[in-house]
Amino acid sequence: MTLAATLTRRWQKPPLIKRAWLRWALALGAAIYLALAFGTTEVNWTRVWEGLPRGARFFAAFFPPDFVSRWSEIFDGILESLWMTVVATVIGIALSIPVGIGAAKNIAPAPVYYFCRGILAVSRSFQEVILAIFFVKLFGFGPFAGCVTLAFATIGFYGKLLAEDIEDMDPAQAEAVRATGAGWLQWINYGVQPQVLPRMIGLGLYRFDINFRESAVVGIVGGGGIGATLNTAFDRYEFDSAAAILLIIIAIVMVVEYSSGYLRRWVQ
Amino acid sequence: MLRIKGLVKRYRTGDLALKGIDLDVPDGQVMALIGPSGAGKSTVIRCINRLVEPTAGSVTLNDLEVTTLGRSELRRARRRMGMIFQEYALVERLSVMENVLSGRLGYVGFWQSYFRKFPQSDIDEAFRLLARVGLDHMVDKRADELSGGQRQRVGICRALIQNPELLLVDEPTASLDPKTSRQIMRLIKELCAERKLSAIINIHDVMLAQMFAERIVGLRVGEIVYDGPPDNLTADVLTKIYGEEDWSATIRKVDDEAAEAEEAAAAVIPVELPLPSRDRLAGLT
Repeated sequence: MTLAATLTRRWQKPPLIKRAWLRWALALGAAIYLALAFGTTEVNWTRVWEGLPRGARFFAAFFPPDFVSRWSEIFDGILESLWMTVVATVIGIALSIPVGIGAAKNIAPAPVYYFCRGILAVSRSFQEVILAIFFVKLFGFGPFAGCVTLAFATIGFYGKLLAEDIEDMDPAQAEAVRATGAGWLQWINYGVQPQVLPRMIGLGLYRFDINFRESAVVGIVGGGGIGATLNTAFDRYEFDSAAAILLIIIAIVMVVEYSSGYLRRWVQ
Repeated sequence: MLRIKGLVKRYRTGDLALKGIDLDVPDGQVMALIGPSGAGKSTVIRCINRLVEPTAGSVTLNDLEVTTLGRSELRRARRRMGMIFQEYALVERLSVMENVLSGRLGYVGFWQSYFRKFPQSDIDEAFRLLARVGLDHMVDKRADELSGGQRQRVGICRALIQNPELLLVDEPTASLDPKTSRQIMRLIKELCAERKLSAIINIHDVMLAQMFAERIVGLRVGEIVYDGPPDNLTADVLTKIYGEEDWSATIRKVDDEAAEAEEAAAAVIPVELPLPSRDRLAGLT
């Protein structure tokens, strides 16, 4: 090739979808669908307009937040939510360790793998609120149902992430421990655990954070804790007390979030 | 004495990695296994301690048939074979001491190892080995804080604390610089001599193999194509192992480093080959 030919040779990044007609058809299809979707969403602008002052009055009812008149109920609710969170996180993580190990394809035999993946799939396919409704029906109102809900949801979350972390580990390190003649439990303890531990501690703290927030939601459907207190406040139209509860939840979530973030950085 | 007879390995993908290997390694012999990538070097040593299950054939270590052992017997057999790995394979988040002591896992119970309560004799031996390789001041450092050469020394300690009868060494110098590579190979050779250990060393670097091994076995696509002393590695032999190439720079020359490392063995320049140019020599050392 001559120098001139080399200089004028152009290059463009190859498109993601090679066939031009398919590329254009997909783009056009997406545009049409979006237009139709917007077209079928009915927004009644007069009602929105009339609703604005009502919304303003609703929000105004939140102020000033009243921490005092329902303080003992609020305090009890917060304490209940916190112990629900602690118990559910500890039990959930403890149960998810064997499930997670069994659900790691690189170390578990096929039947164990499919069984544990099944548990994870069931646990993950339902949102906490749905699980809570189910467990409240099963065990009756109160924090026990909430605890079971959060623990069960924790298994799905933590077990799946543990399994994936084990699948991503460095096989050479694990192989080296196996070559020393270590038994299976020793192999897990020396070859696998050190590789996944820092990340799993971080995820445990993260799950604690999630469980606290979920404990408020779970309470609304009858699972006890601060959510129950919040629900009662709304039912009684005590919006100022509800505002106080919301502020406390936000404060606690922020404290947990920052402290878990700090701890996670320290563990890594 | 390690005796391998008719060792065959076919992977589940259908690839025939080893086509019937016969190999005897007498006690105290340091043997280098050379060959191109994919020739089956790693498979050979992993079939010996059954990290890879052989398809057929037998492996006998001092009259113990390894290939037919059950699970717990295999554990006990693995204790007798120390393994040193490519890229060190230390557990990076464990300390140097924990990595060395993990070589004793085959000898202690689970709870003992879980609480890191190893017998004092094991701890004494670990300190002795770490002192021998010059790392006794780093016992509580995490393995990933060490340099490559230091890590491989910890790997050597982990293998030796097993009190093995045989060392299986897989590409010990693959990620080390030339000087550290020589130091590590020299260390392995010295330790084998001190403890009358035999060793099988998989190695890419033909020069290093010639410098530090007393016997060389060449493997090509799952078959042994050379078995003999390092001095007989001629250009023809290397071509048989690796394929056509200009081998004049690879074959061992009289060279200070080599002479120092192998005081006893006289270096030999194969007669049929032209003397290497000074530039080549400089480039290699």
